[in-house]
Amino acid sequence: MYTEELVAHLYKRMSLIRRFELRLAEIYHTDAVKSPVHLSVGQEAIAVAACDPLEKDDIVSNTYRCHATYIAKGGDLNAMMAELYGKRTGCAGGKAGSMHLIDMENGILGASAVVGTTIPVATGYAMAMKMEAGTTKKQRVTVAFFGDGGTEEGCFYESLNFASLHQLPIIYLCENNRLAIHTPLEKRWAKDNLCERVKSFGIETHKITDGDVFTIRDTVARAVKQIRQSGKGPVFLECDTYRWLEHVGPRDDHSDHYRDLETYQQWQDNDQIKRLGEMLDEVTRKRLDNEITDEILKAEKFAEESPYPAAEELYAHVYAS
Amino acid sequence: MFMQAESLRKEDVEAKEGVRLIRYVDALREAFEQEMARDARVFLFGLDVDDHKGIQGSTLGLLEKFGKERVFGTPLSEDAMTGVAIGAAIAGFRPIHVHIRMDFMLLCMNQLVNMAAKSHYMYNGQVKVPLVVRTMIGRSWGQGGQHSQALHSLFMHIPGLKVVAPSNANDAKGCMIAAIRDNNPVIFIEHRLLYAVDGYVPYQSYEVPFGKARVMQEGDDVTILAVSHMVMEALRAKKHLETVGIQAEIIDPISLWPLDIDTIVQSVQKTGKLLIVDNAWLTCGASSEILSQVYEECRRRGEAIPHIERMGFAFTTCPTTRPLEDAFYPNSRTIASKAYEMVKGANHQWQPSFDAKTEIDAFKGPF
Repeated sequence: MYTEELVAHLYKRMSLIRRFELRLAEIYHTDAVKSPVHLSVGQEAIAVAACDPLEKDDIVSNTYRCHATYIAKGGDLNAMMAELYGKRTGCAGGKAGSMHLIDMENGILGASAVVGTTIPVATGYAMAMKMEAGTTKKQRVTVAFFGDGGTEEGCFYESLNFASLHQLPIIYLCENNRLAIHTPLEKRWAKDNLCERVKSFGIETHKITDGDVFTIRDTVARAVKQIRQSGKGPVFLECDTYRWLEHVGPRDDHSDHYRDLETYQQWQDNDQIKRLGEMLDEVTRKRLDNEITDEILKAEKFAEESPYPAAEELYAHVYAS
Repeated sequence: MFMQAESLRKEDVEAKEGVRLIRYVDALREAFEQEMARDARVFLFGLDVDDHKGIQGSTLGLLEKFGKERVFGTPLSEDAMTGVAIGAAIAGFRPIHVHIRMDFMLLCMNQLVNMAAKSHYMYNGQVKVPLVVRTMIGRSWGQGGQHSQALHSLFMHIPGLKVVAPSNANDAKGCMIAAIRDNNPVIFIEHRLLYAVDGYVPYQSYEVPFGKARVMQEGDDVTILAVSHMVMEALRAKKHLETVGIQAEIIDPISLWPLDIDTIVQSVQKTGKLLIVDNAWLTCGASSEILSQVYEECRRRGEAIPHIERMGFAFTTCPTTRPLEDAFYPNSRTIASKAYEMVKGANHQWQPSFDAKTEIDAFKGPF
């Protein structure tokens, strides 16, 4: 039921994210990337599935683990790598780094290093979309990404209440990897019933536990369609996932023994990139893999060859004119 | 009423199409009305902005004129509502977010400091946050520790924010219009005791630019720089000082950040003495910053270092009972005494014998 074109597209986006990040991990020791990196390896399917039904002028807001969503929403790869290298050609001129990737041209609202902080900002952006729709006759949609940790912040519940009260055109998407740095969900939540809690605000909720890229994509696509047609949201999704690497940095930290290897194995067996790769014929897959290699090499070369910002740029943009 | 805004005389106000006496609160309301009519992207929201009292009258009539899409109340949720304002501002709107107490803004600090102030810089100019945060401060009037704070220095500390605290009706309107048109987050501090004070205000729309202090009254003997409601006290102190032959120059910085240090230094070069009267605590406060900058600027210019003193709130939590509250705040008599001592020397003590009726004496609440 899924076209080869769609499978190829989803595969390429997911694999691009994975290989881009693994390349970062590979070169991290060279100190070319002078910025902490919070890698999304293992979590790519959610970002790709949720961004696929969106248009360029729809908006996503991010957490500090934002590489996957940035790439999935169509963010400029060269500008991303240059930003990580601290170069002037970076998506924020080298001033923001890995935790604050932005590309307004492609509907990427930026991200915060303070957990939960972008949730109300995305809600406000959605309110603006509702306000403008009367004039533009087009209902844009916002997707707010955050982790399970983000749902522990007060502003999450404040935002849900406000968005539901005003029926704002926003999809709240919780990437639940059950970890806040190293602290498991069991030590943080009185009850593992997030969807029930959210539902009590009068919000439609969906819980997807198996990480299936098609299920997530179809659920988001239905929500987007519904919001675009009616002008009314919000919709909430909780998508279970697994962080393969350490909280921050390039390392696989399973040897630190704070999490269960069996669960890791289950998520590796369920890897959506591997699954979709196997759905493609070998020629197509190889072609896509080569394209990905080229894009990453190009981005790396672009970043390496780009200049650092000049010292005068320190004082640029403190205040807007 | 009270001092009839004598500090800003009719001829002082740049008026092309006439002025009239209106209250500070009405000047604010007029600013919203004119800007909302001019620019459909401006909206005003916050708890109680659309109720029958309309934030002490400052938002009355706006709902009827501009509709509930542009004038609406919110859940308390100060944290998220600040984020909502920032998101809408990034999306191209120009929100005015209202807090009826500055104390509540402590719930907004993450959004204001981490997002509003930083987004334009951190995203290298890709986004702007044209946001006005209106916040009311007040002399306690029995309200105690969490309903009377003036926290402007917290915001002055943060690159990316602007902080204004107009002391009269003319500046209230002009600063509000400038704040709404500004492409940066502006913390707009309104003192409750100023709301009922009349001033000459032009009918037309105009901006009072930030970063330009106003010499309210001239004098050669001592410069008194006062903030927000302390400008009123300083103007009364000037009257007291005149009875003993001392001419004080009264300066209102209007905007605390950006700060017009030139006007202050020019005045101090003339008088050689600067008394800074903040409407806040002194420690790490606006007065500390002004003092430092005056010193640095005088050194840089090779000028004599002036005699500088500071006054402000007692370094305590604000008490509710009137006798302690009276001791907590500077007033025209304590300001005059301090200025007298600066002019005549430390051995010369003097205190004015009485004070005119002031805003706090006439105030009957509730806030």
